Amino acid sequence: MTGCTTVTLKNGLKVLLKEIHSAPLISQWVWYRVGSKDEPTGQTGVSHWVEHMQFKGTPQFPSSVLDKAIAREGGQWNAFTYLDWTTYYETMPATKIDLALRLEADRMVNSTFDPLEVESERTVIISEREGSENEPLFLLGEAMQHAAFRVHPYHHEVIGDMADLHTLTRNALYNHYRNYYIPNNAVLTMAGDFDTDAMLARIRELFEAIPGGPTPPRLLRPEPEQPGEIRLTVEGPGQTAFLQVAYRAPAASDPDFFALAVLDSLLAGPSNLNMFGGGGISNKTSRLYRAIIDTELAVSVHGGSSATIDPFMYSFTLTAHPETALDKTLAGLDEEIKRLQNELVNPAEVARAIKQARAIFAYGAENITNQGFWLGYAEMFADYNWFTSYLDKLSQVRPADVLRAAQKFFQPASRVVGTYIPNGDGDEK
Amino acid sequence: MSVFQSLPGSDDVTRLTLPNNITILVRSNFNSPSVSLSGYFAAGSLFDSDEKLGLADFATTALMRGSQSRSFEEIYDALEAVGAQLGFSAGTHTAGFSGRSLVEDLPLVLDLLADCLRNPIYPSDEIERLRTQLLTGLAIRAQDTGDMASMTFDKIVFGDHPYARPDDGYPETVRAITRQDIADFHSRCFGPDGMTIAIVGAIEPAFASEQVARVLGDWRNPQQPALPALPQVRPLVETVRKHVPLAGKSQTDVMIGALGPERKAAEYTAASLGNSILGQFGMMGRIGDVVREQSGLAYYASSSLSAGVGPGTWEVNAGVNPANVEQAVDLIVEEIRLFTKQGVTQEELQDSQDNFVGRLPLSMESNAGVAGALLNIERHELGLDYYRRYEQMVRAVTTEMVQTAAQKYLNPNALAIATSGP
Repeated sequence: MTGCTTVTLKNGLKVLLKEIHSAPLISQWVWYRVGSKDEPTGQTGVSHWVEHMQFKGTPQFPSSVLDKAIAREGGQWNAFTYLDWTTYYETMPATKIDLALRLEADRMVNSTFDPLEVESERTVIISEREGSENEPLFLLGEAMQHAAFRVHPYHHEVIGDMADLHTLTRNALYNHYRNYYIPNNAVLTMAGDFDTDAMLARIRELFEAIPGGPTPPRLLRPEPEQPGEIRLTVEGPGQTAFLQVAYRAPAASDPDFFALAVLDSLLAGPSNLNMFGGGGISNKTSRLYRAIIDTELAVSVHGGSSATIDPFMYSFTLTAHPETALDKTLAGLDEEIKRLQNELVNPAEVARAIKQARAIFAYGAENITNQGFWLGYAEMFADYNWFTSYLDKLSQVRPADVLRAAQKFFQPASRVVGTYIPNGDGDEK
Repeated sequence: MSVFQSLPGSDDVTRLTLPNNITILVRSNFNSPSVSLSGYFAAGSLFDSDEKLGLADFATTALMRGSQSRSFEEIYDALEAVGAQLGFSAGTHTAGFSGRSLVEDLPLVLDLLADCLRNPIYPSDEIERLRTQLLTGLAIRAQDTGDMASMTFDKIVFGDHPYARPDDGYPETVRAITRQDIADFHSRCFGPDGMTIAIVGAIEPAFASEQVARVLGDWRNPQQPALPALPQVRPLVETVRKHVPLAGKSQTDVMIGALGPERKAAEYTAASLGNSILGQFGMMGRIGDVVREQSGLAYYASSSLSAGVGPGTWEVNAGVNPANVEQAVDLIVEEIRLFTKQGVTQEELQDSQDNFVGRLPLSMESNAGVAGALLNIERHELGLDYYRRYEQMVRAVTTEMVQTAAQKYLNPNALAIATSGP
């Protein structure tokens, strides 16, 4: 893996550049340290909505011009809002990257937030939420998150609550933008076919004059310890029941994160942390597949957590077997967790988890966009070193660490158990 | 690195055909220590009866449930232990497979591919377990507004033609399939004749081809049948509309369109550029502009052209609030009317041409992307230099050619309109 150049401009904008000359492409990412965790009640969904408004134009690049300009050059662009961050990327043919640089420098400060566009986008976002509400697992996941976090702002979905989507104002959106979209609250990352010195000079030219501002504080409301297991049910259309079990997971910067990553591999198959490319690995030899799917306690099982600033959730999602009651499914899951809490795992299982992670990273490395993603993503909850040292940290995990992590994180008293109960409406044909 | 060099061509793709008619395509890429493989073979759902629809899919999905020398657990243990992936799935004309691994594990993945393809034993307990999983998938599909609109759309467009059928069947047809049906289907339809495999990654072409020949070179199946003859598809003569009610849903999926060209049709490139203008370019083209940007009616609203070996479809899809369905349908039909009647402007065409040419390197940055491109070349006999000639071909399309293609396939008075929602 080639090196990466890190520079902080005078206005506080952090820049990470990594030359990769395998394809005539460059991927630029601009990350802002703001996400749904920064949203107080009444303003849920504001970060995601601001992200939408960033595609609605500036005086220099009106909205109709932007999409077309990128598409004409054969580029790809998009944006994502998550719990801890918001990010924008453009992957372009290498000779066309200047357009993306000018665009991101411009919309860091000059977005218009036209009131008519705000209103038109309101219904688009409501429609986005309604599309999600069609999915049983969205409905269940939202209830789980809300139950797991009473105090911490991780308690709501990134898209926001319908009540706020109906009432948020243009001013609230614009203020959010002005407060958080400043260079000292941003990280610019770039991977691909460029010369670092020349690129850095161009970045300085375009970004260094953008004034910094007071670094906005993050909303800090630590979640107290959960006083006991929470059980919930969600009812909705369908013929299929689902079970979710969520435990409080460590923050990404917590050394225990890596022991949990090994646990995740053993129990449910390795999670694919790449945002682009690679694809995952099947989990048919994971402990849960063998204990639950092979024995027909459920028809599918998945597990995973996210790399986040504050402790979030490690969740198992199981699709019910039509002839098995969900309490049996849960008992099967508990049995496997108990095994991990009582017996040391074989070192060979740990070695296997490391090889799986190595393969997943190699698949992700084929993709320039994904490399640009990692440069900034890791900065949002730790630093780029977190990514480059990931495999080393995984290889330092010992069976005793796995045992301790299983005992520490898989506590019945700190979990939420949620069930989606189909009301049986609707049948095919 | 130049754009031209980054695209596959006859100077950096190795193509050879084994005596048993398996075609191998290989392109090296030493930038990452990984390798992707994918391919197809002639065993799609066209061989299925109506009563046992889903048989090809079942037989293909069950390939990895156990072979003469390896159990289900052993197959997946070998793969997962090294972080490799391999999977099979059936389509209409062909069934396909794809896999990836670190380069040192390619021989292992090919061993497993060949073993599963040639020697599956279809254990009864595994078949029943898989049946339950397939039926659960169909139950979830039956509650998915997008899937229901899409299946209904295909039924309207293709009528009695086999393309109207979902490859994975229906609950009652999947229940009717026996283990013996699956084993018989395998003996009859699975074989090397017409199989193609593309391998892309940190590997020398000679080594990759030798490895394929080693595991599949002696495969024979004299029983392999020819594809059943397909009836002609007749375009609709008037608009047909159907709704699939799904109570309790928050959003309705809308699908509007008609038959589209075959991939090999002379007007395919013109239709494809027209489709870009209609519902892809920038923020989902004209459709996105009218339905999302101007009216705020939908989060997604776009058009697509799916062209295959036979006639495909050309349609607009949007997800809208149930109260706005009529408004959205009217807007979309009106856009289709304008598109066919007035055609496209030179500027619009130029934009989409630039996009088609410019995006090629990006679509081929991963090994899997290149493998997909190589299969596309082989399946539709486009020629190994297709992507090198691509720009010239795209630039040769005129606004008149786009309008002619649009009028040939899209008649605003004879559209299939399928909706699913509350």
